[in-house]
Amino acid sequence: MRVLVVGYGPAAHRFLETLRERGFGGTVTVVGEEPRPAYDRVALTSYLSGKSADDLTYPVPEGVTTLLGRRIVAIDRESRTATADDGSVTPYDVLVLATGSAPFVPPVPGRDLPGCFVYRTIEDLDAIRAAAAHATSGVVVGGGLLGLEAADALRGLGLATHVVEMSPWLMPRQVDEGGGAVLRGHVESLGVRVHAPSGVAEIAGGDRVEGLVQPDGSVIAAQVVVFSAGIRPRDELARSAGLAVGERGGIVVGETLRTSDPAIYAIGECALVNGMIYGLAGPCQTMAEVAADQITGGRATFTGADMSAKLKLLGVEVAQFGAMGGALDVTYMDPVAGVYKKLFVSDDAATLLGGICVGDAGPYTSLKPFVGKPLPAAPSDLLFTGGGVALDIPDDAQVCSCNNVTKGAIGAAIADHGLTDVPGIKACTRAGTTCGSCVPLLKQILVKSGVEVSKALCEHFTQSRAELYAIAQVRGISTFSQLIAEHGTGRGCDICKPAVASILASLGNGHILAGEQAALQDTNDHFLANLQKNGTYSVVPRIPGGEITPEKLIVIGEVARDFGLYTKITGGQRIDLFGARVEQLPQIWRRLVDAGFESGHAYGKALRTVKSCVGSTWCRYGVQDAVGLAIMLELRYRGLRSPHKIKAAVSGCARECAEARGKDFGVIATELGWNLYVGGNGGFKPRHADLLAADLDTDTLVRTIDRFLMFYIRTADRLQRTSTWLEGLDGGLDHLRSVIMDDSLAVCADLDAQMDRHVSGYFDEWRATIDDPDKLRRFVSFVNAPGVPDPSISFEIEREQIKPVLLEAGPR
Amino acid sequence: MIDTLLPDALYWTPVCHLADLMPERGAAVLVGGRQVALFRTFSGDLYALDNRDPYSGAYVLSRGIVGTRGAEPTVASPMHKQVFSLVTGVCLDDEEVSVPIYPVRVAADGTVLVTMEVSVV
Repeated sequence: MRVLVVGYGPAAHRFLETLRERGFGGTVTVVGEEPRPAYDRVALTSYLSGKSADDLTYPVPEGVTTLLGRRIVAIDRESRTATADDGSVTPYDVLVLATGSAPFVPPVPGRDLPGCFVYRTIEDLDAIRAAAAHATSGVVVGGGLLGLEAADALRGLGLATHVVEMSPWLMPRQVDEGGGAVLRGHVESLGVRVHAPSGVAEIAGGDRVEGLVQPDGSVIAAQVVVFSAGIRPRDELARSAGLAVGERGGIVVGETLRTSDPAIYAIGECALVNGMIYGLAGPCQTMAEVAADQITGGRATFTGADMSAKLKLLGVEVAQFGAMGGALDVTYMDPVAGVYKKLFVSDDAATLLGGICVGDAGPYTSLKPFVGKPLPAAPSDLLFTGGGVALDIPDDAQVCSCNNVTKGAIGAAIADHGLTDVPGIKACTRAGTTCGSCVPLLKQILVKSGVEVSKALCEHFTQSRAELYAIAQVRGISTFSQLIAEHGTGRGCDICKPAVASILASLGNGHILAGEQAALQDTNDHFLANLQKNGTYSVVPRIPGGEITPEKLIVIGEVARDFGLYTKITGGQRIDLFGARVEQLPQIWRRLVDAGFESGHAYGKALRTVKSCVGSTWCRYGVQDAVGLAIMLELRYRGLRSPHKIKAAVSGCARECAEARGKDFGVIATELGWNLYVGGNGGFKPRHADLLAADLDTDTLVRTIDRFLMFYIRTADRLQRTSTWLEGLDGGLDHLRSVIMDDSLAVCADLDAQMDRHVSGYFDEWRATIDDPDKLRRFVSFVNAPGVPDPSISFEIEREQIKPVLLEAGPR
Repeated sequence: MIDTLLPDALYWTPVCHLADLMPERGAAVLVGGRQVALFRTFSGDLYALDNRDPYSGAYVLSRGIVGTRGAEPTVASPMHKQVFSLVTGVCLDDEEVSVPIYPVRVAADGTVLVTMEVSVV
């Protein structure tokens, strides 16, 4: 079978993905008029704040032929062929129309003037950005969801921003008058001027846009106008092919998503199902899945979709679920905090019908599954406690509306696959992978399903690492003995002791081998070196940013030669020296310290390296001094103990030679400053870092990294890298941004002070050790024979260097 | 007690002073060519295990973290974290595996003594 998909947006992408998942064996071709495969339109605005088109673009599913930059202009239903604008003809057995929609531009004079835009594609955004560079003020026509997105974008581009809305309040499809008033307060507090009710009579200007004339004749001066006043389905191709279309547009389809021609389907924003056009991502993706199911022999149908929405616009949470009216309603309003929450219930106050939230979307997450079902508690309690109440969600309730996953499906996945965490649920069911708003609910379901999501660190502490950190910090506890005596049981183990040692070190309790702390350390920290498979250790001196003088290189070479060590260049741009016995470590370090080296903390759960490319000093393409910044950052964070190792990198231009996006924090130079990425990882489960902030100046960059690291250190689990920490963080990247950039938890001063203490309190652990006879005592193979090397250690030669002679495991 | 069963001190090898052993940490000693891991727990008790980690074959048990599992004093191999009872030498994660244990005592002057002659208490 030959399937031809016309249009390559998110719905087409989901359709192609679903076909592949179902093991579809025919040929699949997709034709798209944009120059690239489908991309995430929900995240479109992030393109203006630093994400690249590649970041947003979905990978093309395997086996799919793509024809990009082309438009299908005619369908011959008799011969089952489609003709493109370049004259090429593609035959099909099944045709899927996913032509999407076009922004509606009201027919007013001046609407074609240069400076008028719509907000739908990456090319639209490029054009808006270019125009904004020569503008001071912009107007968005339309105060709905997309209009406010566009307003946010104009504001981000530095324009004085206005929004013109025909209804008396913003987002009339999602909120009522009361919610609209609260929303307006939020939006205006950000400097966006709201004109509602108003409209557009004319766009004024000669060669270019000069302003927007409102119906009352008043003029808003502006050089940029963005129309965002609704969408119109793209049905012209279907119309010309003689397919049935709706009176007000849209390709008529039934519940199987077949059009009036059974060989042709329509999905997404171009489809008219039961008289409805669906403009939200969730329902469009469901249509894609239903059509793919039908084509592969399934019997799925599309009988309508939940139009609930939860979004964050201009920093304000707005959510609406279920009905927007009911016999009774209960409202909670806090004009000071800018919070408005309303529930609609049946006339007997027993059944939840819907709700509206502005400023706090908590009830959306907790209550949406109860729409049409008995209220789980008194409405006022539900509104006051927000998402805080633990509710029993019915099995048939939809938990993830983006991917149409029910509570029952999640429960089954947890049971069948033995899932114990949210990332597991995401991988198995897709729930929570699109907008992420249901992640808190996924956590609750895990807990309720009886899965032991114990946060206990180990048998000795019922607390999580983050809780122990808080206890140690707040109570000023500086010893393991006090912590376990007052907050734990027993005498600890190999899990809690190093974790507590790390907490105490993060809180600045001196040398990690001082006093009782020494006994808590894993062998690596205990000997300030890395244990290898034969009981020897490796040594890694710090080489900040990977920059090293010839003299220092020679010293490393001489030390390795004199002690007979194996040398290898590491991935972090430094040199690892292998095969040292414990009694050799102080002698080796005496030489290294004398030559100006210090500990590289390769043995610690601590900052490892800040890798760099050569940067603008030498590179023809570099735009900033990557090496200089990397060295500064590495020296700033060296020795910082954390829940797990921290790796970082700085690239001097967008070519990204330092691979910064594979690091816990990565910095990439831009023409204007630095882009900061966080939460990247190589290793077992690779993850590209997310853009946290763009075009930062160096001071702001450093402050933001300071806070990122300290917030991570405070709140992460033991041995949790920043990537999994970020993925499990309630509210994800937005929450992180609000905490460390907008100071929403009022902790930034504290985080800053803690980092300042770390920076000013740093000393080299190895220098402090070789200068201290008491600490040196541990560096012997045998306490009763200090001069005797461990006889079990032996080497052979491979490629002119030593390698360990294999040890025999098993009982003796 | 072991020492009362043995005829005299000839069987006991002095290996170090109690002050050489850090509380809740191990140290390796050589006794007649054999590597022994000594451990001093928080409560002050001494234990001696063979220093060889049977899982890796490396002589590293003395460098593991000392702790408790329930009431049992333990050491975790620094190589791959298997936990052994300090009392019996049995691996608590896999009871099929164990390491030899040796009698150890402290003389009145603080000298720590180990014997190889009796390998099971």
